[in-house]
Amino acid sequence: MTPQIAVFLVLAAMAVAGAVSLILQRHPIHSALSLIVVMVSLAGLYLLLGAEFIAAVQIIVYGGAIMVLFVFVIMLLNAGEEERTNVSRMARFVGVPLGVMFLLEVAYWIARATSHLAPPAAQLVSTRDLSTLLFREYVFPFELTSFLILIALLGALVLARREDSD
Amino acid sequence: MSLPLQDLCRVAPEIVLCAFAMLVMLLAPIVPRARHGILSTISVLGAGIALAATRFPAMYPGAAYSGLFRADAFSLFVHWIVCGAAFLVILGSTSYLQREDLDAGEFCALILLATAGMGIMAGAQELLTAFIGLEMSSIASYILASYKRDAPRSNEAGMKYFLLGSFATAFFLYGIALFFGASGSTRLDMMTPLANDSARTLLKMGLGFIFVGLAFKVAAAPFHLWAPDVYEGAPAPVTALLSTGPKAATFALALRILADVGAASPLWFWALWVAAVLSMFAGNLAALVQTSLKRMLAYSSVAHAGYILVALATAAATDHAEAGIAAALFYLVGYALVQLGAFLIVAQLGGPGERHVEIEDFAGVARRQPAMAACLSLFLLSLLGLPVTVGFLGKFYVFNAALESNLIWLAILLGLNSVIAAYYYLRVIVAMYMLREPEQEIAAEPVPWTLSLVLWIASMGTVYIGLFPARVIGFAAKAALNMR
Repeated sequence: MTPQIAVFLVLAAMAVAGAVSLILQRHPIHSALSLIVVMVSLAGLYLLLGAEFIAAVQIIVYGGAIMVLFVFVIMLLNAGEEERTNVSRMARFVGVPLGVMFLLEVAYWIARATSHLAPPAAQLVSTRDLSTLLFREYVFPFELTSFLILIALLGALVLARREDSD
Repeated sequence: MSLPLQDLCRVAPEIVLCAFAMLVMLLAPIVPRARHGILSTISVLGAGIALAATRFPAMYPGAAYSGLFRADAFSLFVHWIVCGAAFLVILGSTSYLQREDLDAGEFCALILLATAGMGIMAGAQELLTAFIGLEMSSIASYILASYKRDAPRSNEAGMKYFLLGSFATAFFLYGIALFFGASGSTRLDMMTPLANDSARTLLKMGLGFIFVGLAFKVAAAPFHLWAPDVYEGAPAPVTALLSTGPKAATFALALRILADVGAASPLWFWALWVAAVLSMFAGNLAALVQTSLKRMLAYSSVAHAGYILVALATAAATDHAEAGIAAALFYLVGYALVQLGAFLIVAQLGGPGERHVEIEDFAGVARRQPAMAACLSLFLLSLLGLPVTVGFLGKFYVFNAALESNLIWLAILLGLNSVIAAYYYLRVIVAMYMLREPEQEIAAEPVPWTLSLVLWIASMGTVYIGLFPARVIGFAAKAALNMR
């Protein structure tokens, strides 16, 4: 086992454990903290793949800025512990087995498909190459994203606005 | 290398839509609330100008922005549907917004931006661009579905749509990732021959995930369970938009993938077959027992997605897919006109707060509002597929295309389902014309002229295209040929 694979396994296990804990925690703050674990381990995975810029962005934007916002919102809403509802019988006896089967199947096919693939030559994509690609070839979807964010902003405004008193 | 100016011309409708959306957003805080009608007017104008701006991509067809977007007859055709739908919905919802005391500014801006997203889906030649278009239309739809914030039903609709929609989006995105892993590119039109079996397996998985994501967005069974609740809870004009524009754009994206990615056809064929049959039966059988007209129309729209999927299965079955693609495009036009009209009538006749949307509330509408009853009957008959209406020809072309590519069973099931559907469409017409009015009087509100205009356009279109389909089907065939 090469060191890369060992690091990968540790990071992947962290990411999955964080994601599971994110769902199972009862308190929103604990969920948010679990999400940070997921974000940071993902950043580690990106670094392992040689995508240092993405890894840095992942930490700064997702692990940092967005998580701060999440925590702020949870604090402001003063959200307490979630109440558990009983999981429906349908979900427990049909949904869960089907979900597990689906997961295993996808894992099986991906494992089968990638076992023959030669490992790609380790190549570092420089930030300069990335920006050339982003601002030349992919400038159209890049600009469109601004409208996507505008829609989300507009949505937050519409849904969160206080009712006019008039 | 093409000139940037030509690139701009090719996305002219989107530029117009986004510009008008921003103009409306800027004006919304300035214009006093009592005069918000102006914002609707500007937005209607914007949608109209966008419709006219399709002249530019028609004049300069070709690839834009390093081939990520393509202006051709196909994308032009879909642009007409989505821009036309936005035009009619904004115009038809003006009076509704005033009646329900909802803000017109954000409502119209969201519709315009969603429409821009749909236009991008229609022309996207690359999956990430398509994804952003899809998300623009989806996120705007989630917000619009819960636009009536003080109505619990509307909130529930928005929440359900958002949660399930995000789940479907994750499927779509994972599909793109696998697609990229297999082919080394997210471009649809420049599929390199795949290196080996492993790449082919990955591509198949990717296409499978993408199929799930798209099937959710068009509310095809077995991914349709959100549709009745969302269509019922959302404000009726929003439902009118949801069941037409995004559906047309998503079908367009599916057709584009079918046409460009060779591996998609054999893989998707059975998936499309099964989804088509399930949607037709699930939609029609569930619609039989509904008591709310909105819910019934929601299930009927699931069934109609099934009919369009028959056309897609036809396109996937043979090497010359043109007949299937043309049939799907023609069907989408007819369906959009009729569905829009029907939901806008429900919005009007439902009265304040949309309290009277049960089928029994429609008893005796023919006496109270004869013109509305006549329009709604025409639309329902077109959904049913009666000759002289556009719905008949839509079904006829799909049926024909299925027969030509030897999909006899699909054709038979389509015919059978049209008969089942007759029951619940006719039930509404019987209620309107033959049943006695309910005990407590439902006040007949005067029909605003904007809505009259929309209904006039929709019913004229239904009959006109039903009688003289040559131009529309001719253009649909040209669009289908032009795709490859």
